[in-house]
Amino acid sequence: MKSTLDHAALAEEFNKDEERVDWHDGALWWIRQKRDRSAHRTPQWEELRETASAIKANVISNLHDYLIQFESNLKKNGVNVYWAADADEHNQIVYNILKAKNINQMVKSKSMLTEECHLNEYLAERGIDVINSDLGEYIQQIDNEPPSHIVLPCIHKRKEEIGELFHEHLGTEKGLSDPTLLTRVARKHLRNVFLTRRAALTGVNFAVAETGEYVVCTNEGNADMGAHLSEVQIASMGLEKLVPERKHLGVFLRLLARSAIGQPITIYSSHFRKPRPGQEMHLILVDKGRSALMARPDFRESLKCIKCGGCMNTCPVYRKSGGLSYHNTISGPIGAILAPNLDMKQHADLPFASTLCGSCSNVCPVKIPIHDQLYKWRQEIVKQGYSASRKTFSMKAMALTLSSPEMYKAAGKTGRWILNHAPFAINNKLNPWYKQRDMPDSPKQSFGEWYAKNGPKRVDN
Amino acid sequence: MKIGLFIPCYVNQLYPSAAIATLELLQKLGMDVSYPAKQTCCGQPMANSGYEHLTQSCNDLFVENFSGFDYIVAPSASCVLHVKDHLHGNDEAAAKEIRTRIYELVEFLTDVLKIENLDAHFPHKVGIHQSCHGLRGLHLAQMSELVAPDFSKPRKLLNMVKGLEITDLDRVDECCGFGGLFCIAEEAVSVKMGKDRVADHSKHGAEYITSPDLSCLMHMEGILQRNKSNVKIIHIAEILNSSSKSL
Amino acid sequence: MSSRDSILAAVLKNQPPISALPDISMFKVPESDLRGKYIDMFNEIGGFAYAVESMDDIKSRIKAGFDTEKRVISTLPALSDIAEFCSSSVDPHSFEDVELAIIEGRLAVAENGAVWLTEEVMGQRIIPYISQHLAVIVRESDIVSTMHDAYARIASEDYGFGGFIGGPSKTADIEQALVLGAHGPLSMTVYIIK
Repeated sequence: MKSTLDHAALAEEFNKDEERVDWHDGALWWIRQKRDRSAHRTPQWEELRETASAIKANVISNLHDYLIQFESNLKKNGVNVYWAADADEHNQIVYNILKAKNINQMVKSKSMLTEECHLNEYLAERGIDVINSDLGEYIQQIDNEPPSHIVLPCIHKRKEEIGELFHEHLGTEKGLSDPTLLTRVARKHLRNVFLTRRAALTGVNFAVAETGEYVVCTNEGNADMGAHLSEVQIASMGLEKLVPERKHLGVFLRLLARSAIGQPITIYSSHFRKPRPGQEMHLILVDKGRSALMARPDFRESLKCIKCGGCMNTCPVYRKSGGLSYHNTISGPIGAILAPNLDMKQHADLPFASTLCGSCSNVCPVKIPIHDQLYKWRQEIVKQGYSASRKTFSMKAMALTLSSPEMYKAAGKTGRWILNHAPFAINNKLNPWYKQRDMPDSPKQSFGEWYAKNGPKRVDN
Repeated sequence: MKIGLFIPCYVNQLYPSAAIATLELLQKLGMDVSYPAKQTCCGQPMANSGYEHLTQSCNDLFVENFSGFDYIVAPSASCVLHVKDHLHGNDEAAAKEIRTRIYELVEFLTDVLKIENLDAHFPHKVGIHQSCHGLRGLHLAQMSELVAPDFSKPRKLLNMVKGLEITDLDRVDECCGFGGLFCIAEEAVSVKMGKDRVADHSKHGAEYITSPDLSCLMHMEGILQRNKSNVKIIHIAEILNSSSKSL
Repeated sequence: MSSRDSILAAVLKNQPPISALPDISMFKVPESDLRGKYIDMFNEIGGFAYAVESMDDIKSRIKAGFDTEKRVISTLPALSDIAEFCSSSVDPHSFEDVELAIIEGRLAVAENGAVWLTEEVMGQRIIPYISQHLAVIVRESDIVSTMHDAYARIASEDYGFGGFIGGPSKTADIEQALVLGAHGPLSMTVYIIK
């Protein structure tokens, strides 16, 4: 998505329809509550998170060897392996695989990586048509909009809007908005897609170095419908998706769906290891900034992410600003710490789209200290010169005043210095504080002034 | 016990009554409290905006003001957390000493003084706003996201106050949306978050919203007053110190 | 340098010092009444689970509960009188009109209701996903408590494809309204036999 507006401006736009904000906030909070109930029902939940985090730490620290082991096992299993440094190389590999088989139509299940690579657009320009089969992603695709949430791609849309899209694209009756009926229509339409596509691409949730298998999790069954009917099966995965051994999948599959939507496990957790007779299987290992992220000690833990979306559901800023406000494929808190690694300038606003409340870090199933990373990205962005010069100027003035007791005191006397500084200014509509909030009353004297007169004597009861 | 009273910049200038209540309460509990007159700020406004590198002289000033006390106590969870996490100085040994000796008022009362009763009276319905820095930073109460035993230090203290009734909330520890400069930079979301917090308290009949953090309360007060609400904000120190005024 | 080599070189250069792999043997859940727990969990997630006495019991339940006039397939020879035996060599697209598939599950997990299937018991990989309704028969002794126990059982198995299936396919993509039957089966039934 190309937008020239930053998160604050897009969020302000989203907030013009307060009723929609309330609904969006409520829907996601409901999922957060389901997550809580599910976590409370799972014995040793916090130990599970700790263990998952430690397994991922091991993976990051030994990734080189695990990748080589994984590659060798994939080959033994009859899977073709490719390595892509960036989006272009990834897209070209997919294109070449399809071209070699003379295929011009492909069905794709959910893959945030291919969204980030803009694979659909790349292939469309070269005459290959891709249909997203996850219902939410399909809806977003026909509306020509990116997903607003990694697990719930169209969580920002009302059913009436979806009904209108279906009316336009699938010829349903005008005004039809019942979720069950709309889902049935999509089921019928996409079943025909699955049955007629020779190639299917899936993302990868987890991959096992020890066995060379990879696991794809869905609730809808769309990844399996595509893969098992295809003659060419392609999987795109980020380098960080590895786990050492098959048994480690148990830890992650226990956490993933519970953290995501409060469900004990995704309906389908499919373990792909070898192609079926007559089928080709291809797997593309994609770097796209991951090895560079490993070189940033403050931020490399974000590679632990298993893309559950839990941080989005709990984030009050996400709930009240909508995923599209983050102008990035991966939105919410995790998106705000992943995006600056790829393009600090374009995503300089995202680490500031947070109150640093810390709820994200507490729900994270792999214990990424998300809010600490948001803080650290702010420092990095300022250091690299991606913050507005006006802000830098006022920060310097503030730092100067606050490092001098005399200046601070003088400033305080002349009408409460603090009222003249961020977040406060004069009472007018141009002041963002005053737009919807009254100013605090300005007391007659500061505590310091009171203390000078009344302290340091003891106050008697 | 020698206590250095740290009164954050905005509390000093905008909410002196909360600072006075903190001082009086500590003195009532027998503490030897002094207020270093040259103090300014913990540096958090700059640091949270990405300018931590500009906070060095502010930090050094902080170290200068607060070295040598048994404890440093402040009526602001957010500022205390910032000092604990980010205070570094030319004299790093002294800075480290301060980082371990600084306490937010509530945790000082429950964890250091371990008080079991209070001579306080506040006959009102009060909703507790868990400031995020107090909750998830200082662990003043159990966090709703974790599977762990429940506790709440502010609630424990408020339960000692005669006549006080704690009101419920639908979302027990949701952020109010203040967030430092966030409240300006992200005005729309900040206000919406604040409105929703305030509505949750109003819905459950709170007359007052209290918190160990005035920054959150200042933000919610702005919204309450703009909307002509009868709900008021009050720092927890003023409730805990209320006996001297009410009796 | 190829992308493979440059990526691997960058990873090697940038990876932090080795961090130990944790022990995962401490995740234990009491294993009493696994059948009861399994049935409760599976029903809660929108499936139907029944404890049954015999294959004949299963047959009569299938006749009563499904439209057996439509195409019913199975990989179990014992069900040959009510179901067509599904061949592993035909084009998977030919299963498009299957109303009900009845297959044997390798194991079932009490904590989440999922059954583990490999392609050997599926007949063909597509079958449990393409049929309108899915029925799985699991032996009571094959119910395990958690996913850890499940992986302990399948740790060294050599399968080409295997999957956990934990209920009927579902979506809540439209306004979080739960709809059973997204792309896969509209319903899933598990029969637990002694």
